[in-house]
Amino acid sequence: MTASSTTPPTAKVGFFVTCLVDMFRPSVGFASIKLLELAGCEVEVPETQTCCGQPAYNSGDRNSTRAIAESVIDAFDGFEYVVGPSGSCIGMLHQYPDLFEPDNPYFERARSLAGRAYEITSFLTDVVGLGTLQARFEGLVTYHDSCAGLRELGVKTQPRQLLSQVDGVELAEMNEAETCCGFGGTFCIKYPDISNRMVSNKTANAQATGAAVLLGGDLGCLLNMAGKLKREGSTMEVRHVVELLANMTDQPAIGESAADLAYNAGGH
Amino acid sequence: MQIHSPEFKQRAGDALDNANLQRALGNLRDGFPQKRAAAVARMPEFEQLRNEGRDLKNHILANLDFYLEQFEDNVIKQGGQVHWARDGEEARRAILEICRNAGAKTVTKGKSMVSEEINLNDYLEANGVKPVETDLGEYILQLREDHPSHIIAPAIHLNLDDVSDIFHKKHNRPRSEDPAELMQEAREMLRKQFVAADVGITGANFCVAETGSTIIVTNEGNGDLTQTLPRVHVVITTIEKVVPTLEDMTLFLRLLARSATGQEFTVYNTLSSGPRRPEDQDGPEEFHVVLLDNGRSEMIGSEFQEMLRCIRCSACMNHCPVYGAIGGHAYGWVYPGPMGSVLTPKLIGVDKAGHLPNASTFCGKCESVCPVKIPLPKLMRHWREREFERHLSPKGFRFGLGTWAWFARRPGLYRWVSRSSSWFLKRLGGKQGRIRSLPLGKGWTAWRDMPAPQGSTFMDQWKRHQQTQQQKNKG
Ligand code: SF4
Repeated sequence: MTASSTTPPTAKVGFFVTCLVDMFRPSVGFASIKLLELAGCEVEVPETQTCCGQPAYNSGDRNSTRAIAESVIDAFDGFEYVVGPSGSCIGMLHQYPDLFEPDNPYFERARSLAGRAYEITSFLTDVVGLGTLQARFEGLVTYHDSCAGLRELGVKTQPRQLLSQVDGVELAEMNEAETCCGFGGTFCIKYPDISNRMVSNKTANAQATGAAVLLGGDLGCLLNMAGKLKREGSTMEVRHVVELLANMTDQPAIGESAADLAYNAGGH
Repeated sequence: MQIHSPEFKQRAGDALDNANLQRALGNLRDGFPQKRAAAVARMPEFEQLRNEGRDLKNHILANLDFYLEQFEDNVIKQGGQVHWARDGEEARRAILEICRNAGAKTVTKGKSMVSEEINLNDYLEANGVKPVETDLGEYILQLREDHPSHIIAPAIHLNLDDVSDIFHKKHNRPRSEDPAELMQEAREMLRKQFVAADVGITGANFCVAETGSTIIVTNEGNGDLTQTLPRVHVVITTIEKVVPTLEDMTLFLRLLARSATGQEFTVYNTLSSGPRRPEDQDGPEEFHVVLLDNGRSEMIGSEFQEMLRCIRCSACMNHCPVYGAIGGHAYGWVYPGPMGSVLTPKLIGVDKAGHLPNASTFCGKCESVCPVKIPLPKLMRHWREREFERHLSPKGFRFGLGTWAWFARRPGLYRWVSRSSSWFLKRLGGKQGRIRSLPLGKGWTAWRDMPAPQGSTFMDQWKRHQQTQQQKNKG
C-alpha cells in the first residue's frame, strides 16, 4: 500500500463521523477509518463532535445552525483534513462561511474548515492516493449518486473509480442514477407521500438493473432506500460504498438481520 | 387564478392518487429532460452562455430603472404607449380601459402567465369583454374551465382522451382521437376568432430597451395572428423582462429554447415595434405595453433578487422530482415547481404559500439546469428562514428541532441521547433488523421500514476500540 507522493504519509485527518453513522451504522465509520489508515493518514475522532447542523439549517433556524457550526469548527481545529462518509454533511461544512459575517472570528475559521473538508471517496481519490485495494466482493452492484455529494462536491467518478479496484465487483448503472431518492432530511417526514413516490421510482430503477446490491455514499439516502426495498419485500442489499472498499461486508446489510446475511450468502 | 397554495398537502396527495395525471407526468419526465440534455450536448459553449446570461441579468437588475425608462422612451418614439402598473388591479384596469376605448367585444390572447397572475380573463369576462385563448394548450384549458399546470406547456397534465372529450362536447363534432384532426378542429374554431377580435393581448418574453420592441416566442404561430390581426395590440408583461439590446435578447433566446424544449431556436420569434406604419403591410393601429411590478421591485436588494433573473424556461420544473411526482396544480397557484416555490411566497404571501419552499429535498437539480444559474434551493431556504423567524412553521416541529439543536450543542448529553436512541431502536428492530411501525415516525414507517441501528454507537465502539489498542500497546 503506497500513499501518493503529494501527501506526507502522516496526513492528520479529523474524522467526522456524522450523526447517522454514529447511531445507525458504526461499521461505516470503522470502514472509513480503515481506508484512511491504508492511505497513510493518521486518524483522530474528536470527541466533541455531534452533528453538522443541517436539520436546523434547512429548517430556517440560522441561530441554532450557527451555534452548531461553531462547535464543529472548534472540534476540528488543527486537523490538516476533515473527512466524513457523507457528501451531504461535508457539503454542509462547506456552507459554514455563509453563516458568519466577515468580521466574526469564526468566518475565517469556517473558510479554513470548508477548504479542508472532504467526502471520503473524493478524499481517497482526489487528495491522497490509495494504491491498490485489497478487497473482494462477488456480485453485480448499482450506485445511487446522492444529491449533495454529486452537485455540491462533484462526487461522481470517485466512488466508481475506487469500486473498479474491488475484485469481483461488476457495476450496472441504473436509469436516473442522479435523481433524488426522496430522503431530503426532514422532507421525508414532512411530505411522506411525495417522498414515497420518489423513493419508489428510485428502487424500481435500482432493481431494474438486476443488481444484487445497491450502493451509495450517504447514509440518509441509504436508510431511505433500504427501508423502501425491505417494505417492498425485495432481497436487494443496501450498503455504504466504503463497506465494500474496506472489505468489511461481514455485517448484515442496512435494514437486514444476521439471518438475512446467512440467507443471502446462500442465495448467490 | 384562485389561490389554493395553503392546501398544498391535500392537493399533492390527490395528485399522487390520480392515475391519469401520473400517466401524463410520466411523459413529461421522459420528454423534456432528454431533449434539453441532447441540445446542451450539441453546444459545447452552453455553460459559458449560462454564465453570460447570469451576468447580463445581474447587470440589468442593477440598472433596471435606466433600461425601463429607455424602453419606455423608445416605445413612445415608435408610436406606442406604456402603462405602468403597480399591482394586478392597476394592470387589469389599464387593459379594460384600452378594450373599452377600442369598443372591444372579444379579445384574442396569446399565452401569458402574467395574465394568469393578475386574473385577467375573469376580470374581462365580468366586464363584458370575452377573452379567447389562442395557444392550443390554453384553448383546451379555457374550454375545460381549467388552469395551466406548467409555464410553457400549460395542458401538460392532460392526456389525449381529455382533449377528445372536451372538443367533442364543446365543438359539437364527432369525437376524434387523431391529434392531427383535433389540431385542425381547433384551428378552424380559432380562425373565426382571430378575425373577429378587436384587441389582441400577448405577453412578452423580453422587452428590448434600445428599440422599444417586445418579443414573444411560440411554436404554434398563434401569437403572430393575435398581435397582427386585431386593431389594437396589448402586451402585458413585467418589469424584469427588459434587456438592453437586440443582441442581448438573442443570448437569452438561445438559452431559452435549449433549456425549455431542447430546440436550437423556437419556431416563431415575433418582435413587435410600435403600431403599423404607413408603409407596413399589416399590424395593429395601436400598440400598448402594460408594465407590471406586483412586488417585483421590492425583491431588488433583498435576498430574493436573483429570482428576477428568471427567463421562464421551465427547465427547473421539468427536472424537479417533486414537480414530476405531483404536477403543477398541487402548488395551488400560477407558478409551479422550483421557480414557483421561490416566487409565489413573494407574490401571494409566505403565510399562504409556506408549504412551497418546504416541499423540496434541496436536491439541487433545478439550480444545475437553470440557464441563468438561479440558486433556487438557497432562495427556498431563505423563505424557510423567514417562516422560522415569523413562527409560521408548525409548533411541534419547532419544538422538536429546538430540542435537538439544544442537545447538538452539548456533546456529552448528545452522546447519551444517541446512545439511548440506538439502544431503543435496536431493541425495536429485534431479530428483523428493521422496524415496521414507529409511533413517532409514522411519516417514515407508513411507507417504508426503518432500518434498525447495528448496536452501540460509533463513538462508544470507537472508545472501546481505542482502549483495547492502548492496552495491547502496553502489553
Ligand atoms: S428559475 Fe431558471 S430554470 Fe426555472 S424557469 Fe426560471 S430561468 Fe428557467
